[in-house]
Amino acid sequence: MNEPFRLSTEDLQHIVMSLQQKGYEVIGPRNSDGVIVYDRIHSTDDLPAGFVDEQAPGMYRLAKNGGTQFFGYTLPPQSWKRFLYLPRRELIAFDKDGKSFGVSHQKDEAKPYAFIGARPCELKAISIQDRVFSSGDYLDDGYLSARRRNFIIAVNCSHAGENCFCTSFGTGPEAESGFDIALTEIVNEEKHFFVAGAGSDSGKSLIEEIGPARAVEGDVDAAHEVIRKTSDAITKSLDIAGLPKLLSDNSDHPHWDDVAKRCLTCGNCTMVCPTCFCSTVEDATDLSGKTAKRTRIWDSCFTMDFARVSGGNFRISAKSRYRQWLTHKLSSWVEQFGVSGCVGCGRCITWCPVGIDLTAEVGAIKGGVAKQENGGS
Amino acid sequence: MAQRRTAGKPKVAVFKFASCDGCQLSLLDAEESLLDVAGAIDIAFFPEASRRMLRGPYDVGIVEGSITTPHDVEHIRAIRKSCGALITIGACATAGGIQALRNWKDIRNFVHIVYASPEYISTLDRSLPVGSFVHVDFELRGCPINKYQLIEVINAFINKRKPNIRTYSVCMECKMKGNECVMVAHGEPCLGPVTQAGCGAICPSFNRGCYGCFGPMESPNTPALSTKLNELGESKHDIKLAFRTFNAYADAFRKESESHE
Repeated sequence: MNEPFRLSTEDLQHIVMSLQQKGYEVIGPRNSDGVIVYDRIHSTDDLPAGFVDEQAPGMYRLAKNGGTQFFGYTLPPQSWKRFLYLPRRELIAFDKDGKSFGVSHQKDEAKPYAFIGARPCELKAISIQDRVFSSGDYLDDGYLSARRRNFIIAVNCSHAGENCFCTSFGTGPEAESGFDIALTEIVNEEKHFFVAGAGSDSGKSLIEEIGPARAVEGDVDAAHEVIRKTSDAITKSLDIAGLPKLLSDNSDHPHWDDVAKRCLTCGNCTMVCPTCFCSTVEDATDLSGKTAKRTRIWDSCFTMDFARVSGGNFRISAKSRYRQWLTHKLSSWVEQFGVSGCVGCGRCITWCPVGIDLTAEVGAIKGGVAKQENGGS
Repeated sequence: MAQRRTAGKPKVAVFKFASCDGCQLSLLDAEESLLDVAGAIDIAFFPEASRRMLRGPYDVGIVEGSITTPHDVEHIRAIRKSCGALITIGACATAGGIQALRNWKDIRNFVHIVYASPEYISTLDRSLPVGSFVHVDFELRGCPINKYQLIEVINAFINKRKPNIRTYSVCMECKMKGNECVMVAHGEPCLGPVTQAGCGAICPSFNRGCYGCFGPMESPNTPALSTKLNELGESKHDIKLAFRTFNAYADAFRKESESHE
């Protein structure tokens, strides 16, 4: 972290106002019907002060603990993905006029977004999607344009959720890169402030513009203590050593059938995953047939249409679809993009309606293999 | 098919069987699209909307309602012969409707209780979807159907393209819309994970669980959802009733409700 500053809650409000004046739409956490969601915020009054969440496989509850902490929750159901990679985006419009035929490509329409409250695992997820959408021959210009104008204020984690396992991937609970400003929120009996550091030139100039106090002795230690405590509180883990090979070697493991019995194939895990990027392209005409639109829409490897090709569907069973998702996320993603597709946020575990836990499923496959290698049955 | 056309517009007929009329009224409820629809098709037979009733054959037949009498069976077979493409709309026409609840009982008992002269009543022992009797080209789900989906299907038939009607879960719609999950976040029983999308996730958008109005999604794992509903405190009887509503006789929902008897 660059030279640390001490930001008061008023300073944070000045940051929100300054970002708005610069033309950003400021997106941050707020309480909506008992769930934290990322949504437009107008001031720090919109932040979910005093709210903490409880998460378990297939379970989420939000409660007010009476405190004043703005960022005391862990993670909301949906990530920043929906702002950078829109659930629906029109790509091309076609116009038929007599014998002529016009094609117009959708221009950058994304608003400049400033995110407040991005968690370290989410920054990693954004960096993974950056790689997916900017590498190779197929660039997603909508995503890339949104990212170019994107300002991110990260907030290090002060609470560990039951489904968090970022420490297995080294993606949290402290933000290391991918932000303009990083904050650690300190709340004690006397004070409520943030230890802040800039991660980019624009972050640095915004801090300078606000002119907060320098961090005093003990502030940085207090911030480290918050992060250390959070890290120690993470109980879930995924042993990632040799994981890509373990999964690719075990495509016929009987445990896939066990998961398939529980899996609803509803697609929730892929929708909430901050790195899942699959989409479909839909063509539609108007009634007259004179104009047509091509739209990119979020899709999921759990839907039947996803693997429907000329001649049939190559992934009909729930088993094959769950296996595709998990092995892509943790195994073939590494070959494809050079990193794992999982950041350990645990959203797929919390928001699976039946609480399927990928760490447990991987553990079962690994356990079965270890048993066989030890000569067990 | 070409010889059926008048003035280049496809001739469309709307027929009704055992149903409440709500689905065919969706066409009249098309509001901003109604004039476009009326301009693009020749509504040749639609008794609910017009006294003009042209004889067949028709390019497209839109059928609402379930088949419940021997007369219905003859009628739907005649309709099938007179229509180039046959589209069924709504839970009655695609799954037998709410009236399919009678399929688990002896129809003769109802007839004796309800009618003064039961000997005049000629009915089938079950209420069944149109597809049980004739070939159907496209089934549009819902109780009622979504009017935008109906326009999309008509549009697709006119323009000879595939209708953009997804058969995945309501959860996909909820998440794309930005809804939080009512089951995970509030413990609200919800049929969304096993129900086909298309309504726009109306009930979860208002913090209610999904009632399954659009019938089973493409690969419904109803036993796994029932296990979850049970964990949320729903009894076997509650679970049976949850699956036994508008799409009670759709295969996946029927089997699931029967497994909780």
